[in-house]
Amino acid sequence: MIRHVILRIVAKTLIPCILLFAFYVQFHGDFGPGGGFQAGVIFAAGIILFALMFGLPAARRVCSPRALEILISLGVLLYGGVGLASIFKGGNFLDYSVLAHDAVHGQHIGIFLVELGVGLTVTAVMIKLFFLFAGRKHIL
Amino acid sequence: MSLFAQLASLTVQAGNGAHHSDAQHAAQHAAQHAAQQAVNWSEHLPALQIALPLLAAPLCVLLRRARLAWGLAMLVSAGALAISLTLLGRVLALGEGGAISYHLGGWQPPWGIEYRIDALNAFVLVIVTGISTVVMAATPRSLESELPRERHYLYYAAYLLCMTGLAGITITGDAFNIFVFLEISSLSAYALISMGRTRRAVTSAYQYLVMGTIGGTFLLLGIGLLYMVTGTLNIADLSERLALVGANRTVLVALACIVAGVSIKLALFPLHVWLPNAYTYAPAVVTAFLAATATKVAYYVLVRFVFSVFGTPLAFDELHLDALLLPLAILAMFGASLVAIYQADVKRMLAWSSVAQIGYMVLGLALANESGLTGGLVHLFNHALMKSGLFLVMACFALRLGSTRLEDLAGVGHRMPLTFGAFVLGGLSLIGVPMTAGFVSKWYLVRGALEAGMWPLAAAILLSSLLAVAYIWRVVEVAWFREPATGDLRRAPLSILVPAWILLLGTLYFGLHTSFTVGTASAAARLLLGGTP
Repeated sequence: MIRHVILRIVAKTLIPCILLFAFYVQFHGDFGPGGGFQAGVIFAAGIILFALMFGLPAARRVCSPRALEILISLGVLLYGGVGLASIFKGGNFLDYSVLAHDAVHGQHIGIFLVELGVGLTVTAVMIKLFFLFAGRKHIL
Repeated sequence: MSLFAQLASLTVQAGNGAHHSDAQHAAQHAAQHAAQQAVNWSEHLPALQIALPLLAAPLCVLLRRARLAWGLAMLVSAGALAISLTLLGRVLALGEGGAISYHLGGWQPPWGIEYRIDALNAFVLVIVTGISTVVMAATPRSLESELPRERHYLYYAAYLLCMTGLAGITITGDAFNIFVFLEISSLSAYALISMGRTRRAVTSAYQYLVMGTIGGTFLLLGIGLLYMVTGTLNIADLSERLALVGANRTVLVALACIVAGVSIKLALFPLHVWLPNAYTYAPAVVTAFLAATATKVAYYVLVRFVFSVFGTPLAFDELHLDALLLPLAILAMFGASLVAIYQADVKRMLAWSSVAQIGYMVLGLALANESGLTGGLVHLFNHALMKSGLFLVMACFALRLGSTRLEDLAGVGHRMPLTFGAFVLGGLSLIGVPMTAGFVSKWYLVRGALEAGMWPLAAAILLSSLLAVAYIWRVVEVAWFREPATGDLRRAPLSILVPAWILLLGTLYFGLHTSFTVGTASAAARLLLGGTP
């Protein structure tokens, strides 16, 4: 679709906005509606739009399959790591209150990190799913 | 940590004297701080039971090398087994009705998620982690012939996630959490099954996915209805409030949804259609793992909901669950055993036999007396051992003969005597020959049937065991009394043979020493029949 001028220009203008909006939803998740899952889906939608416009090989250069795998794993590790960190700090698993010197701060940091983990994994899984389906040569 | 602080204070003392007292003070402060922070890991074992395999799964993906990923998975699996054994020991030490409660995130139940371990789920946890460890030991050698080596790390990640899900369902004291872990275990199980050698593996995984999703949906519906009636999701809290609500229509529908949903995951007789294909076409080690854990955990969920959440008076006296489950159990025992007799593939035959054995377990549940329920729970343990062992034997045949079809096993008793000896041992236990584990569980089931005054049921248990004789004998006959094919066969690799023998000798051991299995199971049964957990 790279030859359609209107589509290309619109996509080029939209993609950065979509990615930026994903970050807004991600980091605004602690105060208002939003959070890691939604942000991840929006971010992945930006990349998928890119892949639709400029082709799968170009999108694969942006996010290689191995990088996606690593991102998926890192998100889970970050989430679980917060849980282990709160045990280290003397609380129960995933008890964010102990993460900082006062409970409110701790909850804040905990939710921020956990949502970041969710966001990473969801983004990577969504892109991976799209790549898998789009890259399939034969139907079963 | 305190060692660090002491070292720090030593170095400070050795330093120059100008800020001596000041520095010493700081070091003392650090030491105090460290002492405060010394983590008592044994308190957190319930969380670690789930968190360790959950975090090891992504690490397997990061490690990527098949050997490394296997090493990590093996280590974590063995660690999980050690944790579950510790937890079981601790629960049993608490005495009758004792339970360990762990509050995730420090939120008090019934608002927060609680992990609650009593005699029943500690017992099931040991089975899940134990089977997982033994099968994991046999995995690399068997998997090599079924999956390209560069995809092994994904297999180990999915395997660990599946174990996480199954252990999570078992350990949690929160009804909604059960659903979440059920989805984790199911999704990873579909992935594991689809890794089989043939294309049929993909379609059978898809069939399981459709059935499993319907099952999960029904379970969620049922949990939602219970939440509507009681306003809580904590199992202990649910049971208290449900007793006050009594049997109204919403509760009836909730029970129906939950029993239907779990029965699909359990493969109870008319809802078992996904099981034979999934078990036949999955990689051999996956079958050995899932056959011994997935349906067992589903049985646990059913037991937990029927006895702990609804309670015997509500489920049996008012809503007559036994009128539904007893006939289905008997149909499973006879129907599935009959189908097993006519199977051409031994792996498939064992899969059908699993459907029949699930019938025995559900029978124990439906009897709803102490002996019956003990029998069901002991059978859960024993059947896990024997089926897992038998499927590992199948893994040996698949590796050396390239097939598990009955006609290809001709004369295999002479060509692979050690492997086939293990099969015979497992078969005897499946039939329920005295001195094997299968006998112990059937003994308690028969006792339960007699205590309930249903002697035809006792006869049915014995008659259906005869069907097991028939399908095991078919294999024995072909393997020992048919002319073997020519050519030499190498002995099955020890890394599969030894785990198989460990499991099947286990059936022999637990057939003779019943204090662990029957003791724990009857403690669990008393706990369940005594009302709220």
